[in-house]
Amino acid sequence: MNVRELRQSCLRQVRTTFCPGCGYEIFINCFLRAIEGLGRRMDDYCFTAGIGCSAWVPNNYFKADNFHTAHGRAVPAAIGLKLANPDLEVITIGGDGDLASIGGNHLIHAIRKRVPIAVFCLNNYLYGMTGGQAGPTTPLSSRTSTTLDGNSEEPFDLVKLVLGVGGRYASRYPTAYPHLLKKGIESMLDADGFRFMEVVSQCPRQYGIRNESSTASRMIAWQKENYISKEKARSLSSSELHGRLVFGNFRTAGEYVQFLTEQQ
Amino acid sequence: MPRVITVDHSLCRGCNLCIELCPKSIFQDSAEIGPAGLRVKEVISPDNCTGCGLCELCCPGAISIDPLPDEVFTSICAEQKDRRVETNARGGWKEINSLLTPGRYFMTGNDAIVEAALAAGCRFFAGYPITPANEILEEMSRRMKGLGGKFIQAEDEIASVFMMLGASWAGLKAMTATAGPGFALMQEGLSLADMAEVPCVIVNVQRAGPSTGQATRPAAMDMREARYGSHGGVQRIVLYPDSVQETFDLTIESFNLAERFRVPVILLSDGYLSHLSEKVEIGERLRVYDRVYIPGEPAFGPTPDSSAPSMPRFGDGEDLQVTGSTHDRSGKRSTADPSVQENLVFYLDRKILSRREELVDCEEMLLDDAEVVVVAFGTAGRSAKWAVKEARKLGRAVGLLRPRTVYPFPTQRIMELSRSGAKFVVPEMSQGQMSFVISQCIANEVVPLPQPNGQIIDPRRILGYLTEGAW
Repeated sequence: MNVRELRQSCLRQVRTTFCPGCGYEIFINCFLRAIEGLGRRMDDYCFTAGIGCSAWVPNNYFKADNFHTAHGRAVPAAIGLKLANPDLEVITIGGDGDLASIGGNHLIHAIRKRVPIAVFCLNNYLYGMTGGQAGPTTPLSSRTSTTLDGNSEEPFDLVKLVLGVGGRYASRYPTAYPHLLKKGIESMLDADGFRFMEVVSQCPRQYGIRNESSTASRMIAWQKENYISKEKARSLSSSELHGRLVFGNFRTAGEYVQFLTEQQ
Repeated sequence: MPRVITVDHSLCRGCNLCIELCPKSIFQDSAEIGPAGLRVKEVISPDNCTGCGLCELCCPGAISIDPLPDEVFTSICAEQKDRRVETNARGGWKEINSLLTPGRYFMTGNDAIVEAALAAGCRFFAGYPITPANEILEEMSRRMKGLGGKFIQAEDEIASVFMMLGASWAGLKAMTATAGPGFALMQEGLSLADMAEVPCVIVNVQRAGPSTGQATRPAAMDMREARYGSHGGVQRIVLYPDSVQETFDLTIESFNLAERFRVPVILLSDGYLSHLSEKVEIGERLRVYDRVYIPGEPAFGPTPDSSAPSMPRFGDGEDLQVTGSTHDRSGKRSTADPSVQENLVFYLDRKILSRREELVDCEEMLLDDAEVVVVAFGTAGRSAKWAVKEARKLGRAVGLLRPRTVYPFPTQRIMELSRSGAKFVVPEMSQGQMSFVISQCIANEVVPLPQPNGQIIDPRRILGYLTEGAW
């Protein structure tokens, strides 16, 4: 079955309203391929979402029960659903602003409470829907509509954050590697307990345009230069690793931090 | 290996990701400009395709790679058709046995809230510690276990309210309890409950504010916040009892109303009433209402008769779209159409207002010939009752109107009472929130008797006003 047919059967509509080159399309396709690979159906899962472009992924398009809550509140709603009916397979899809800024407290407490839900954070580095304002993951010195002179605040490393508060499953995949992303989603949906994935995604319309990488292609190329899988990273020297972020699946803070130390 | 690669030009956004990602460079710009104003892509060398699928994965549905005929692709998604679980309609009124052994109990207001909620079928509680509502949280944590219900202590009140909404969509009767500062945090979620028509009960044990104020002292300072606190400002059902018995009864009523109307119902108490211990009579049977579900019916309003629509739960196979955004009857977002928004908001108001006569519930005493009508809510109403009785003994023509429903507001009844030309007197444990509302309904003299000092109003003080005219 090709992706278009998959989209026809699993989405409420094939045509989305995302901007040309949006990484969320890659996430959607990889997600559909992943549930196909697992032999599951879209409506085996139910979804909660917050507010922002990320919330449109499940709420407008996924053909399954879904709850489009208020900004940042997707995780507590997911906890309510899961607790009230443990048979539901609850998935939360949020953005970086949604899950790490306004909903940051809910995220870390869900980890502490060990709620068995899967949380996807579609990280596009800023608030895309509202016009491209700086967010909790905006890289240092990046330009956004509220940091025209360059962002002066440190971004969150979401994988480090999740593992740091005791998470036992945190992964990161850039959209530049769709096959790996798809595999990552598959193993995440197959795992138990609280699971977190940061999907590093390009936003050419809001982020790229202000940061000299205005096309999706250039942003993908940038991702390929700057993100490296943990398998490859192991064979690199620390000078080769310098400035690059590692992606893959991490189970402990120690496993992840080792790559960070090597970077310095 | 040759494969059939097609690009649907109507879906191509011209983003170039296929060109970027394809390791064999089989795509290029075509001469055609697509719907997004950019050049749509075409395939130049299909023979080089290895079928890796990267282009498909990065594309918003325009590219499709079709396999060779002899390749076997199995997909369960292909068979994704209507999976509606064939269930019969459910819900409506039912009569059940009381949870506690029928008889006389001596309990606090907070205990009565817990016992009544559980009796009414509440099986989900999320909360956060706050005085003077703590006992509800503690008692729920203890009692839920034995009943197979779910209890969770959230990280804050915002999380409490959203957990409650999630649980409600999973099919459980859900509740939370808080006080002023927590209630302010909950307003965001309550607004979503209004818009997405999520039945739930929120107890606000009022204490003296603003802000932290007097955490342990009673007040009635959130009366209008309960109705007007959220953005969007649609109608709300707000109840305020005056005794522990009535707290028990109105808690059950709150759940019944929430389930019938698919709205958040706010039950007000206060630091005095919640800690007061009194006699409670618990009967053998009680009537409870469960939300109605009719398979296949639209899950959202506006319904033709402004009654609550059918409410499926997650997992019923209805592929629910629940959103706080403006939506049509199926739940699909429709935020650009002015008429959808207007009809939806008017419907949310009408759901409650069209049944206002049935909803409004007041205790009335000695009103027939009253020249002075005392209007008082909750705990202030309790003080006023004694004062009115005593004033009658002294020959004063006074009567009492004690609305149990703060909202919808008993406008009709107050207007009727105003026709005699009576003076209205409104003792309140606040700066005078409801006296203002009353003065908006009628032209009669309305005298506020405010007491925002964190104390219950001494009945003798009200009697003093009724006899001497001094406050």
